[in-house]
Amino acid sequence: MAVVTSDRGRRQAAPKQGNFLYRPEVRQIIYQAVLVALLLALFYTLIHNTAVNLRKQNIASGFGFIDRTAGFDVSQSLIAYNSSMTYGRAFLVGLLNTLLVAGFGIVAATTLGFVIGIARLSRNWLIARLAAVYVEVIRNVPLLLQLFFWYFAVLKALPPPRQSLSVPGGGFLNVRGLYLPVPIPEPGFEIVAFTLLFGIAAAAAVYAWARRRQTLTGQQFPVFWTTLALIVAMPLIVHVLLGSPLVFEYPELKGFNFQGGMVLQPEFLALFLGLSIYTASFIAEIVRAGIQGVSKGQKEAALAIGLTQGQSLRLVVIPQAMRIIIPPLTSQFLNLTKNSSLAVAIGYPDLVSVWSGTVLNQTGQAVEVILVTMCVFLAISIVTSAFMNWFNRRMALVER
Amino acid sequence: MVADTDVAANIEAPPRNTVGPIAWIRTNLLSSWSNALLTVIGLYLAYEVASSLIHWGLISATFSGADGSVCTREGAGACWPFITAKFAQFMYGRYPEVERWRVDLVYLLALAGLVPLMIPRVPGKFWNAIYVFVIFPILAYILLVGGVFGLLHIDTALWGGLLVTLVVATVGIAGSFPLGILLALGRRSKMPIVRWVSVGFIEFVRGVPLITVLFMASVMLPLFLPPGVTFDKLLRALIGVAFFAAAYLAEVIRGGLQAIPRGQFEAADALGLSYGKKMGLIILPQALKLVIPGIVNTFIGLFKDTSLVLIIGLFDLLGIVQLNNADSKWFSPTTAMTGYVFAGFIFWIFCFGMSRYSQMIERRLAAGDRR
Repeated sequence: MAVVTSDRGRRQAAPKQGNFLYRPEVRQIIYQAVLVALLLALFYTLIHNTAVNLRKQNIASGFGFIDRTAGFDVSQSLIAYNSSMTYGRAFLVGLLNTLLVAGFGIVAATTLGFVIGIARLSRNWLIARLAAVYVEVIRNVPLLLQLFFWYFAVLKALPPPRQSLSVPGGGFLNVRGLYLPVPIPEPGFEIVAFTLLFGIAAAAAVYAWARRRQTLTGQQFPVFWTTLALIVAMPLIVHVLLGSPLVFEYPELKGFNFQGGMVLQPEFLALFLGLSIYTASFIAEIVRAGIQGVSKGQKEAALAIGLTQGQSLRLVVIPQAMRIIIPPLTSQFLNLTKNSSLAVAIGYPDLVSVWSGTVLNQTGQAVEVILVTMCVFLAISIVTSAFMNWFNRRMALVER
Repeated sequence: MVADTDVAANIEAPPRNTVGPIAWIRTNLLSSWSNALLTVIGLYLAYEVASSLIHWGLISATFSGADGSVCTREGAGACWPFITAKFAQFMYGRYPEVERWRVDLVYLLALAGLVPLMIPRVPGKFWNAIYVFVIFPILAYILLVGGVFGLLHIDTALWGGLLVTLVVATVGIAGSFPLGILLALGRRSKMPIVRWVSVGFIEFVRGVPLITVLFMASVMLPLFLPPGVTFDKLLRALIGVAFFAAAYLAEVIRGGLQAIPRGQFEAADALGLSYGKKMGLIILPQALKLVIPGIVNTFIGLFKDTSLVLIIGLFDLLGIVQLNNADSKWFSPTTAMTGYVFAGFIFWIFCFGMSRYSQMIERRLAAGDRR
């Protein structure tokens, strides 16, 4: 483009000077000016129309409503909340509930997804087929349908409290939810907790030291067993020595309902199950593609230099597979968080259900409420992808 | 010749333990102790799932009856008469019974266009595409909405079931296509403002859940319009879905654009083609062909996501099943489960079929690159 032969170049240069509209730079400026003008006109019309409509319907605007009394109850809350508190507090309750279900969902979906993804590559034909069936069935059915299935067809069809199904470990499952024993710390438990914290710190130090030593000398250290001893065995021994300062409060049937312990409500359970099972099927495919994406030569080379099957998987294949896995895994985490907004369909009090549902209906301030909801999700997206990008950079291939 | 048969006759059969079903079982199921343990666990799981499915769906299921009372007995399985009684509703919603042939005709017309389009060997793709993308939508609109040529006008509030699911999904993807291409081109444009606007739109829409986009379409769209102008509820959902899908499609198409070698752009410039001709004749045909699997995957996602329209009060397949599950005439402990299994099966057939199709296309495209 830039290279013009002398003869043609002169002939073409003449009209350029004559009509500057034919210059690409000028055109670009004109196109962009038109786009900006169109967008401004669009936004002006939208804002003007909205203002007129709001005035006609007598809806207030602005965020003054946040300090007003909400007047409605929320069935599950991580922070103290009652109906005499403000809309702002209700927003916080919803946001925390969203983060709660998303956090637990991400952990469960990742675990299940890795197990199933590895199972799909198993040399055992039956296990590989079962994993494939799981993925193909779960992935191709809408998440909302699965949520309805878990909520209405499974959890809401459970027996009443008096005929509860018992769960191993002293829990009970009935139509009102899953009742679990709750640990209650007694005096002396601080020492156990401190031992646990110390164990975690020590394990991290051992891990770092073993890693450095391995890169320098190639010698291996039994990190797994040390970690297990530091984090599990040591606090347990201290716990027993101190006379078990952590006691469990078990749920008990009193009258028509259970007392004591803690309860996971069916709405939470359904959303948690649905989100983790659905997302796990996508994560399984990502994990499978990641492991298959590592070239065969890598594993063969690892075996050739004398590593065992397990070592070659742990030290050679998985670190390389993680590089392929992490970027799409991030988008699955974000999808799970965004999909948690389907809570509104089964009545779990998440951000969308409490804020864009109840608060919007009570105040009628659709513009403010929906804008805030969108901003929250955008913020979650940005924070998650920033974190995962940082993690990804750490894992990325360091080339010369 | 003779020598050959002699040699053949002298070849010994392979050892018994390297071929045949027994050897297969040995290598694939019982190669080691841990593998054998896995096989046992797998067998147990497979048996549990299969037996409870068969028990629920066939052995203890109910197959005939006039209301839910036939399914209320202890330990009853699936309540299939619920499905047979409600089948027409699940398919058409409240579309008037005498007019349902119009929906069926639209399905037939769609099949007549789509089947030859999807089979690579059938010739005449150009006219086929003209039919599917230009003539068919007009015919379908006339048939479904009516109001002309003596056809009764059917309000979209009466539409429902699989009809709404298919309409939302196909209109959503078709509507999002032009916008998606524009956004993808905009994101790769050299003009900064065009690029920022495209990036802003794409990242914004991809960062929020579809539900909030649908809420926006159903609650805020009426506020955006001049007073007095109202919109059909279905159309509002369609606009929301199309905007949402456009952002995802734009990213898929951008992937295709990035895969086109620089030389193609430069060659088009060297020929003196304008931007429109360069993109329309040289770049996009190659880029879109590359990303057909990605487009199909977006479509599968969109097809599943159509079920969300029930939250803003439309009755798609899942919405109508959910509505009928609450029918007191069919009240029984297994009605809900039966309804969901049925709806899930329909969704599954569509999505699984499409994903298999996209895999086939992917293999075909890959075959062209493998020399």
